[in-house]
Amino acid sequence: MSAKAKSILRGIVVAAVVLYIAFLLGPIAGFDVPAIAASIQADPKQLIQFLIIGISNGAIIAIIALGYTMVYGIIELINFAHGDVYMIGVFTSLTVLSLTGTLNTNDPVKIILGLALALVVSIASCAMLNATIERLAYRRLRNAPRLAPLISAIGMSFIIENLGLIWASQSWLVPSFGTTGGASQKFFPDLLGTIFTVNGWKVNLFEYFGIPLRFTIKDLLVIVLAVILMVGLYLFVQRTRLGKAMRATAQNRDAAKMLGIDIDRVISATFLIGGGLAGAAGLMAGLYNNTAWWFMGFRAGLESFTAAVLGGIGNITGAMLGGFLIGLLASFSDGYLNARWTHAWVFATLVLVLLFRPSGLLGEQVGQKA
Amino acid sequence: MLELKDVHTYYGNIHALKGISLKVEKGEIVTLIGSNGAGKSTTLRTIQGINRPRSGSILLEGEALEKLPPHEIALRGVAQSPEGRMIFPRMTVMENLEMGAYARKDKSGFDEDLERVFNLFPRLKERINQKGGTLSGGEQQMLAMGRALMARPRILLLDEPSMGLSPILVELIFEIIQTINKEGTTILLVEQNALMALSIANRGYVIQTGEIVLTDTASKLKANEMVRKSYLGIE
Repeated sequence: MSAKAKSILRGIVVAAVVLYIAFLLGPIAGFDVPAIAASIQADPKQLIQFLIIGISNGAIIAIIALGYTMVYGIIELINFAHGDVYMIGVFTSLTVLSLTGTLNTNDPVKIILGLALALVVSIASCAMLNATIERLAYRRLRNAPRLAPLISAIGMSFIIENLGLIWASQSWLVPSFGTTGGASQKFFPDLLGTIFTVNGWKVNLFEYFGIPLRFTIKDLLVIVLAVILMVGLYLFVQRTRLGKAMRATAQNRDAAKMLGIDIDRVISATFLIGGGLAGAAGLMAGLYNNTAWWFMGFRAGLESFTAAVLGGIGNITGAMLGGFLIGLLASFSDGYLNARWTHAWVFATLVLVLLFRPSGLLGEQVGQKA
Repeated sequence: MLELKDVHTYYGNIHALKGISLKVEKGEIVTLIGSNGAGKSTTLRTIQGINRPRSGSILLEGEALEKLPPHEIALRGVAQSPEGRMIFPRMTVMENLEMGAYARKDKSGFDEDLERVFNLFPRLKERINQKGGTLSGGEQQMLAMGRALMARPRILLLDEPSMGLSPILVELIFEIIQTINKEGTTILLVEQNALMALSIANRGYVIQTGEIVLTDTASKLKANEMVRKSYLGIE
């Protein structure tokens, strides 16, 4: 059989399996084609609304996914603590905003300054945290069997989650807004909305254009910030000396060493950048979803990990693409399937990708060493 | 210039180098010949610091290298075209060459050396924007050597540059090695193709199961009975 015929046959088998699973899960997980068709017909513009929500959420997922994929690309380790670093970013932001009094002011200038400071502090502390994790938990295990650093990563994840739990219980750091204990979800105020309402502007930007959909300042900020970070990272990795050293180390570590690249430094830099991105995502997500919770990194981490695998683990463009796709999948599942099953859908995607296309959508296009 | 004294290297419990001693003088081409698994590549990897010697010393113009990390050794002027070429498959030819110059402190010499590499290997210039992984075997060998030269090394370590190449290409590569040497680079050449290696080298060492068993000038080695039988295939 020719290679082409084989790949077509394979495609048919994959499609059949996906449909089979979908229909099996169907009744319980909300995969009800007539009902979906009916609700799209009843309100077609909802479809676009879910698209907007999906892209905004996808932007945050994509930024976190970059951290997974960069680290995997360079040391072939899934940094399971990465989602929790992002959670620390949310709490760092909230604490900075609280300590600077930004939460208790209506002055737009003060809010913007507070947010800028929160962004910088969150990026810096998450970058340091991530690099410290590498130094403490992974570097010594670099030549150990691959399972060892993986288990170490899960351990770091638990440690940071408990750090978050303690942090959330400190009412002088995290305003409780009526919640009790560290385990409860904390409120992250919608400061961007405050700026807009104080000035009498419309929070929903589409109202200005008479579009009957919701596209708020939060959506705009999240998408713009994400695009800036992604383009910046892409240029950094493609153009700069350190970026090229990262790619070289990822492609052949021994050759990189022979050429005079200090791979320990390069790996530290990778963790710094990945952590910094998670810190930025922390503030973005806090403002967007208005919650801070010690366990939020676990879920966000798994979603982002799925996004990174979907796009092709180790591939930066792939992680961005995967992030947006997972965001859209989650949003459409929330809207048209059954919100309770959204995570099942996301992880079913992970399982399917791992089964049928482990290299992901954009993984490894160029040939290997000849 | 480069001297190894009683170097022992292990892979886990396997004793790969059992006390290697050798010397390369400035301006020479010295070849290390031996069969598969004799320890040729391990010797080069040990000089470069990729593998750590358990004992013994490695001196580059009197300075001890054996305790330094690989990137520090590269900074001191040791460059290598490694076994299996190890080019960066998803980087362009130009980016591969740029990485070769990573250890350099003088940025001014970069253009000069780039021109020199393109003069030695005009094929690389034609393929400048192509990804390394898409090059043919011979082109990848040229890229690996060009990349090593971009560091303007004091000593160039070449690991099996003839591996997998057609006879014509082998001739070409060996001519280029001689040119590089005439332009002033000291070369330690590891080869299975002993005939070719001995025809361009000044001196040679024969390595067997991790030990140097014979050393002499290249012409005398070529005439040696044991070398002729075991490595040149001449009865």
